[in-house]
Order: sequence, then structure tokens, then C-alpha cells
Amino acid sequence: MIMLETQNVRKTFGGIIANHDISLQVDEGSIVGLIGPNGSGKTTLFNSIVGQYPIDRGSIRFRGNEISRMRVPTIARLGLLRTFQQTRIYGGMTCVENMQASVQQSQHSWRRMLSDVRPEHTEKAENLLQFVGLYSKRHLFAGDLSFGQQKLLEFAMALMSEPKMLLLDEPTAGINPTLINGLVDRLQRVNAEMGITLLVIEHNMNVIMNLAQRLYCLAHGELLASGTPEQIRNNQNVIDAYLGAH
Amino acid sequence: MNRTALRFALYLSIIALGIAAPFIVPGIRTQLSFLWIMIVFALTWDILGGQMGYNSFGNVLFFGVGMYACVLIQQHSGLSYFPALFVGIAAGGLVAVAFAALLGWGILGLRGHYFAIGTLGLGIAAAEFASGWDLIGAGSGLVTPLYPGAVGGRETFFYFPCFILAIVTFLSLRRLYRGRFRLAINAIRDDEDKAEAMGLHTTLYKTVAWCIAAFFLGLAGPLVGNLIGFIDPRDVAFASSSYGVWMLLMAILGGKGTLWGPVIGAVVFHITQELFWTYLLGWQRVALGLLVMLIVIFFPTGIVGWVRERWPERFGQRVDEQAQRTADQ
Repeated sequence: MIMLETQNVRKTFGGIIANHDISLQVDEGSIVGLIGPNGSGKTTLFNSIVGQYPIDRGSIRFRGNEISRMRVPTIARLGLLRTFQQTRIYGGMTCVENMQASVQQSQHSWRRMLSDVRPEHTEKAENLLQFVGLYSKRHLFAGDLSFGQQKLLEFAMALMSEPKMLLLDEPTAGINPTLINGLVDRLQRVNAEMGITLLVIEHNMNVIMNLAQRLYCLAHGELLASGTPEQIRNNQNVIDAYLGAH
Repeated sequence: MNRTALRFALYLSIIALGIAAPFIVPGIRTQLSFLWIMIVFALTWDILGGQMGYNSFGNVLFFGVGMYACVLIQQHSGLSYFPALFVGIAAGGLVAVAFAALLGWGILGLRGHYFAIGTLGLGIAAAEFASGWDLIGAGSGLVTPLYPGAVGGRETFFYFPCFILAIVTFLSLRRLYRGRFRLAINAIRDDEDKAEAMGLHTTLYKTVAWCIAAFFLGLAGPLVGNLIGFIDPRDVAFASSSYGVWMLLMAILGGKGTLWGPVIGAVVFHITQELFWTYLLGWQRVALGLLVMLIVIFFPTGIVGWVRERWPERFGQRVDEQAQRTADQ
């Protein structure tokens, strides 16, 4: 089953074409990578998918539903979440509170809105903080954490709301090398054990080549190539535009 | 004594003091009534200003709207004094909520400074509007119906609703801040874009928060109107430059974004203000201005905020040492 599909998505800012008729496809349960030089339109595509930017043309379908005209919170409630390149967490709240605030919002009711935090949510929050290695810091203000720790917290918050698909914008940027291995392992576990489909923007080629089953490469707002990591690695266009000769 | 017992004792003594106060010091019962109203002002301002990060300069609008609604009902309903007053107070709360829901739909789309500026005009516009509308007395205001009881009985009678309103407001917010509502509005304060990206119903939460603030202010308006006995559109009902500004000063002085901060801020502010009036007559505004400056410079996070920065572990901000050791091994 196709989880996410974009068809000829175009996004312009004035005269600049940030995304030029991008078509890509992410199958349910897969891990797909999105690579390309800085300014090639990767984050713009993310913003378009999650509803932040209205697209000029084309279609975006999530689990068969057209979402290109929906607003950000509506798309999030369908189970399509993103994390930010510059981490975004709730700095004035503790880590546990950050997690509790991220509980899935799809079933809304007035009673839930005014109700207490359920104990099972607290327990789940603590388990997920344990999963990303922040358990001991759970009662600290999220704003006092380091950049890398905030990144992990943001990842955990996304998991808290039980998405069907996650768009991760450079999950390993700013995280120290020893932690990166752990993070890759966690991403794989999230994919395998929780069944969450992943679309990952990543500049660390070691990471993305090992992680993704399929890669898309953007350059200057256009789709340059797509295929397995092996195919991408040997694609002359990609080497010229992004990877460079080794 | 453990913390729960201590807290219980504190609440009981506040309630006991509150009930006894007008009989112990009858000379200042009006000022005491205003003390409770100030607490309501600060607490309700803090819902948006402190917990949600939306600095509103226009909350006094709901106070005035509630006041007018009540007095109009008192004058025109044809009911006798107490039933009319009761219906009027309830109507004050409901009309204020309706205003908040309608305005919120338009204004809560603004963020940060834009929201502050957007609300700045609310109270002023309402005052201008009210002073030009003959049906509600225009610039000459409205006089509330005469209290039917003994002379001097009015002050004692109106003390208790003020007291009860403050207690009910406090307990309602305490309940509200314990659950998911506070998490959601705190999330909006810290990063609204993130909250939206996580699927939170941000617009709904913002509107409901404003409606809650408006409800309690809409109940406070009728009480103050009847306590003073005269409604002036600019100086009583929509008093932007006094009540409207004091609301946020008290919340900031006590520590915004906390439950007790606004309460403490209101008490400290009201007492110093009364002292300035008594001992520095002629200079009271200057003294008040100086106080405000000192607050902002030396206590930018307020009294409770300052205490929390000094002793964060008392507020639950701590590293779990045991878990840290396990992780390190």
C-alpha cells in the first residue's frame, strides 16, 4: 500500500522555483531517504507535505486522501507528523510535560480537553524517554537540554502521538558520533516494531545509505534521481551535483 | 506535618480569615472586597498572559461588559432587588463569554506583539462606545439600584460574593491547571507552530482559555458596579488605565505562569497601593510608577518566579540521580 505520494508538486517563492514538479512515493512500512545539496528544496517539500506551505500545483496523497488543501493540525491528526531541522520543543515545560502534551489528538472531546493526564500516558511518556535515553532528565525543563538532547526529545514527542508516518528533518545533525549509531538503531526499531513509515532528510551519507531502502535526490528544486542506495551511489548526476568524487 | 496537611491548613485559614475579616475590621471592608477582586483580575489575566503567552491588554472589556449587562437587567427586568441581582450577575458572566468567543475568533489569530496591540484598543474602544450610547447612560453613566437593606449593609453584603468569586476562581483554575488544559496552553506559549504541527486544536484551546477568563471577569464586573454604586464608562467599567493595566502588573509582580503568583502579586500590589494612597497622598501615582519599574527591573520573573529560580528542586525540576547512575554504568 502506498503511504504517501506526491505528484508534480510545484512550489514557488516569487520567481524562485523551490520544488519543480516533484513526484515521489513512499510505501507503507518503508524507510525512504531524501538527499540533496543545501537549498535544493528538501525542507520546502516537507513543509508542503505537512500543510505549512500551500502548493501551487500538483497533488499530495496520504493513505489515499488528498491532503494538499488541508491545514497543518488536520494533517497531523491524520497521523502524518514531522520533526524540525532546528529543533522545536516546549522549552518552559519539563520533558515529561512535553511528552504528555504530545498525546495523540485525533479523538477530541470537551471532557478530554478538561480532564487530567491519564496515568498510562505518563507511563508511556517515561517509557519513550527511556527509549531515547532521556529518562534521568525527565523532570528538567526541556529548554535547558542540549541541542542534541532536544532533538531526541522531539523525536520521542513525535512517537508519543503514535503517528503512522514520520518526516524527519536531519535527525542526526548536531548529535555526537557515538549517539548517532544509537539513533540509527532506534529509527530502525521504530520502523520495525512500531510500524511507523519514515521519510528522512539526511546529509550523513553513512547513516542514510544504511537506513533507507530507497532514496530520492533533489538538486535545484528538481528530482535528480531515485532508486536504491546502491543505484544512487553510482548515479553520475548525483555524484556531480551532491556526492562528489571520492 | 506533610505537605497535603499543610496546604489544607493554609486553605482553611485563608477561608476562615476571609469570612471573619469584614467583622474584625469593618472599616476597610470595601478595600478588602477590592482585594478579592484584584486577585480575580490577576488570576484571569494570567490564564492568557502567563500560561498561554498571549499578553492581553483588553481583558477589562469583559469586566465592563458584565457590569453593564447586570445593571441593565437590574434596572429593566422588573424583578425585585435580589432576584434581579442574581440574574444580572449570571447574565454578566454569560455575556462576557459571548464577547470573548466572538472576539477571540478574530483576534486570537494574531500572535505575540500583534495580539497585545490588537487587544490594546478593546477597552478604549468599548469605553468610547459606551460613553456615546444613550440607552446605557452614555457619558453620564448608570446608577445601580438602591440596596434595600440597612445603611452600611451593602458593603458587608457585597463583600461575600467578592470573596467567594476569588475562591471559586482560584479553585477552578487550580483544577484546570492540573490537567491537559494547562499542558496545551503551555505548549502554545512555548511554541505555537510546534503545537499545531503536533495536531493540537490550538484555536479551540485559545478561545476556551479566553472565555474562561472572560467568565470570571464578567462575574466580577457586576459586583464592583454594585459595590461602587455608580458605573462610569471610562473610570469604572472600562478602566483601561487602572484595572486594565493593574491586571498584568499584579500577575507579573507575583510571577506569571504560576497559580500562586497572581494571588501573591495582587495582595502585595493592593496593599502597597492602599498604603501609598494613605501615606503619600499626592505622590501615590509616582510611587506606583516607581514600584512598577522596580518590579520589572529586579523581579522580571515575579516573586514566585524568583523563588523558583533560587530553589528549582522545590518545584520538581531535578535530575533523577538514581536513573542517571544506572544510565552511566
